[in-house]
Amino acid sequence: MATGVAAWLPFARAAAIGWMPVANCPMPVAPGDNSKRQDELIILNVSGRRFQTWRTTLDRYPDTLLGSSEKDFFYNEETKEYFFDRDPDAFRSILNFYRTGKLHYPRHECISAYDEELTFFGIIPEIIGDCCYEEYKDRKRENLERLQDDQEENKDLKLPNMTFRETMWRAFENPHTSTMALVFYYVTGFFIAVSVITNVVETVPCGSTSSQKDTPCGERYTVAFFCMDTACVMIFTVEYLMRLFAAPSRYRFMRSVMSIIDVMAILPYYIGLVMTNNEDVSGAFVTLRVFRVFRIFKFSRHSQGLRILGYTLKSCASELGFLLFSLTMAIIIFATVMFYAEKGSSSSKFTSIPASFWYTIVTMTTLGYGDMVPKTIAGKIFGSICSLSGVLVIALPVPVIVSNFSRIYHQNQRADKRRAQKKARLARIRVAKSGSANAFLQSKRNGLLNELLELTGTEEDEQKLVKSASLLESQHHHLLHCLERTTAHEFVDEQVYEQNCLEAALRTYASRSPSASSRGSAAGTCCGRGLKRSGPPPRHGPLQELSAIHIQCVDPAPHAASRSNLNLRTDERINCKGGRITTAIISLPSPPALTPDGDGLHGPLQRRPPPPPGHPAAPSIQTTMSSAGTNIVKVSAL
Amino acid sequence: MAAPSKRSQWREELQHFRKDHGFSKKVLLNCCLVRRIVTWASPNLKDSVEDELELSAVRHRPEGLEQLESQTRFSRKELQILYRGFKNECPSGIVNEDTFKDIYSQFFPQGDASTYAHFLFNAFDTDHNGSVSFEDFVMGLSILLRGTVQEKLNWAFNLYDINKDGYITKEEMLDIMKAIYDMMGKCTYPVLKEETPRQHVEVFFQKMDKNRDGVVTIDEFIDCCQNDENIMRSMHLFENVL
Repeated sequence: MATGVAAWLPFARAAAIGWMPVANCPMPVAPGDNSKRQDELIILNVSGRRFQTWRTTLDRYPDTLLGSSEKDFFYNEETKEYFFDRDPDAFRSILNFYRTGKLHYPRHECISAYDEELTFFGIIPEIIGDCCYEEYKDRKRENLERLQDDQEENKDLKLPNMTFRETMWRAFENPHTSTMALVFYYVTGFFIAVSVITNVVETVPCGSTSSQKDTPCGERYTVAFFCMDTACVMIFTVEYLMRLFAAPSRYRFMRSVMSIIDVMAILPYYIGLVMTNNEDVSGAFVTLRVFRVFRIFKFSRHSQGLRILGYTLKSCASELGFLLFSLTMAIIIFATVMFYAEKGSSSSKFTSIPASFWYTIVTMTTLGYGDMVPKTIAGKIFGSICSLSGVLVIALPVPVIVSNFSRIYHQNQRADKRRAQKKARLARIRVAKSGSANAFLQSKRNGLLNELLELTGTEEDEQKLVKSASLLESQHHHLLHCLERTTAHEFVDEQVYEQNCLEAALRTYASRSPSASSRGSAAGTCCGRGLKRSGPPPRHGPLQELSAIHIQCVDPAPHAASRSNLNLRTDERINCKGGRITTAIISLPSPPALTPDGDGLHGPLQRRPPPPPGHPAAPSIQTTMSSAGTNIVKVSAL
Repeated sequence: MAAPSKRSQWREELQHFRKDHGFSKKVLLNCCLVRRIVTWASPNLKDSVEDELELSAVRHRPEGLEQLESQTRFSRKELQILYRGFKNECPSGIVNEDTFKDIYSQFFPQGDASTYAHFLFNAFDTDHNGSVSFEDFVMGLSILLRGTVQEKLNWAFNLYDINKDGYITKEEMLDIMKAIYDMMGKCTYPVLKEETPRQHVEVFFQKMDKNRDGVVTIDEFIDCCQNDENIMRSMHLFENVL
């Protein structure tokens, strides 16, 4: 229950009178208000600044410092106030949280200081209101990243227990971590440069030899160039294989852009080796050599700027696409116009519309090569319009696109953030909702347990799971309990509900239990179940007594069957002695999701207590049950 | 002169208006001034802006403490506590139906409490003006927490009688019952079936409708409830809530 509406709980409880005439069962007893204190003002002195508030305001959140008895540690007897030696500015927002139920993050506060204050006062940051949550998360992330960067810079020392593989990977990713890595980094860089220069120089004509034409160096010094190429490719191959070996996730590494570039850089060479000097495929072979230019992209590992450029281009692809689209439109329009304008003139170069594309592009980008010029007057007019509009079409969007880059880039990031946070926010809301629902179910189980423990008069105090819920909580649970009684149904959690559904489906196929006769009315079931439904108790004897008192008319078929199912689910110490007879378990089944204090719940309870000595009552109780139905639950003296 | 008398008359009317609705002078003045400026600035958006102004200008101040003390059965201190909680949740001084549904739904996380909250809202909104002010709230609570059994039963009858015609028909009861069962949600034991509310209504009518005419009147209702021990006992359940 959102404690922000705690003030309305009395109203909700009063309104529950509307259910009373409809209910057919007696209502549970309301929790007593033992410590009915007059509401008093308490003074909180935070480093000299005095805040005053009602005690009930602070009591709204009993699991924080101010709402619990922990604040008594800070009580100053002489001045009758609570003194905290903390930041009064940050305390303002914390106190407002108690007043309004919403925690706000003040933007001028340092994020780590604020976090510390929250931790001191026992408030989890996840309950920051939606208005401030995004800002808080952003700042927190920035801070974390900054800390991480600082850490990485300081992380020169090699961690002692890194495997060889991890060391290698670290060396590859951060060249400045060790001298070996640095050497490797520079060597590969050198060879990339060598390879690129080789490719370039290969095509330069190298002084004429005996033959007439100038031959490119590549054909003159074939062996030398081949050796250099081989050396480079060997280095690149070794590097790629080493990276592949060292990568923590090989599959992910192979899919990354850099590895694809690496592969494309070395593949043409191997394909060339494999292929013979066949005339048919020599054309394709030449094309493959073009891919060698991709080696230049290997420099992006060495240059941060190149990587950023590539990334920004990728992220602004839509804008670029739009520019391209509008250009294409304009080109087609003007090409068509120019073609038809120049159709009349003789010896015109505008032979077709696609041929006019070239003219339009060259004119619109204000290049103006001059290889195609219009000769007719109409052509010249349209040509001038084309060049003017070219200036507009290209010059205008470019600054807009450039500014759009940064805007859209940040916007995308924010939208992704918001989407991620929305999911987190919905999850939080769901958790809060299920938390309160589960709190109720949990308290039911605790309540039942406590009652039974009281009945048996056990001295084993550690089993007393008195999770002293606040008065507010107990009142809220009482309200929910009244609703259960009114409708003669009970709240259960998801798992049990699904199980029951499954069971109901199964039962329609299985043989009918003859206890259909005792399928009591809604009224009967309500009273009959009473305290039993919250879960099988740890001791069987007292439960039987209790259930004997409360049984008026019972519907045992679904009851015991599902109870046995619960037993089966959580405790494997059950021997099905056949048919519908099951042995009772002695431990409390508790679905793992629900128990916040699981240890307390599981530990002591799974001890099997000795069967209660007073058993003469047992047979009679059992007959009561058996008379109502066939599902007999036997106490086993296992 | 005509003008001064008109002005004084207008002032008188304004004062009456203020008193009736508990608006302070300042608030009213601000209201009119802002509205005038806005309508001058954007004549086209007249309707929407006015609607917005309507919403924001509605602030309600309750009658004085003494008056409420005399009208309800709460002590001064209790009224203070109640008002503080009320005003904290609804700073504007009134609750409209959506806020009411929100607040009420928070107490029943597993089910859907909006239908029942709607009926509750109508039961509290005695003057049917679409909003629950503090007076409505506190009068209702006074009956529920400090009233006689007769009054409480009367209130419950009023709640069930959706169209306030003095009779509870089976359809009305079925609506109420479905709303109550909706609050339980899906995950219940035993599993909620379609006809459970209907069956419950049948049981209810069997108990209450003495002359078998298909409707339950206020007298039948009160008579029957007074003869039922469970109901009488549960009427006293919430007496120490405040």
